[in-house]
Amino acid sequence: MMKWKKFLSLFSLLLVSCIGMAQENKVEMADTMRSNGRIYVVIAVVLTILIGLILYVVRLDRKISKLEKEK
Amino acid sequence: MYKSWWKIASVVLLFYTFIAGFLLDVPRLAPLQETIRNLYFHVCMWFAMMILFTISVVNAIRYLRTFKHKYDIYARQYAVTGIFLGLLGYATGTIWASYTWADPNKPAINSFSTIARDPKLIGAAIALLVYFAYLILRDSIQDMDKKARISAVYNIFAYAMLFPAIWILPRILPSLHPGREGNPALDVKNDISSNMRIVFYPAVIGWTLLATWITTLKIRLSLLKEKKMLS
Repeated sequence: MMKWKKFLSLFSLLLVSCIGMAQENKVEMADTMRSNGRIYVVIAVVLTILIGLILYVVRLDRKISKLEKEK
Repeated sequence: MYKSWWKIASVVLLFYTFIAGFLLDVPRLAPLQETIRNLYFHVCMWFAMMILFTISVVNAIRYLRTFKHKYDIYARQYAVTGIFLGLLGYATGTIWASYTWADPNKPAINSFSTIARDPKLIGAAIALLVYFAYLILRDSIQDMDKKARISAVYNIFAYAMLFPAIWILPRILPSLHPGREGNPALDVKNDISSNMRIVFYPAVIGWTLLATWITTLKIRLSLLKEKKMLS
């Protein structure tokens, strides 16, 4: 169960980065990720980091709760 | 996991900070340009640090009033997270300053000597060092009660040191750092633009809640450790 969850969270992070990759092959168009000086790319990067950090904290919280229950 | 509204609030506010912080319009100022958005990150680190140090000193006083051991643990962990945020604030400030204060026409070492002399930086360094000393003092005492009592008293002194070091001294001396007049970032009438305020205040709350969340994890861990030692 835990392993599966780990895989899922990793996969979702990879998925976010794939959104960025998909844009590389196309001819440069007025798509969202390239507008406004590509600021949306920055947002994608920082949100990925934020999601990763929050998932990490949530997992820690769960682990500690499990330890507390064992007592 | 304890599901609490404030954990969810922290996540929501941080998402808002990261999205609105980059997308909303900001004032166009000459040396800052887009770096003004660092207000939502760099300044929030310091705000969260001050709030956490305040929680720490409150718990130190609670310990001295009740002599309950858990308050000592609270005080320590809040101080540790506060120090960590302070270090992050310092690191981010270094990056920010090297692209706004440093003179690109001069060798870096020349700018360094003016920047390093800035009273705000020295004040913040003093404040952090005083809190480092708190940890060293704590961990050098073996006896549990003595450790808790002495460090709670020291915590109050360290908190008192915060006032001159980061709020009073930098306002008396000339400084490159903004926010010398009035209440920086809190003055509603003539400080940061209203556009920035709608991101900045939620950002402060979001970061503080995240820091509190991390601290509660550390507290629960050390309470568990304590239980294990006693049993």
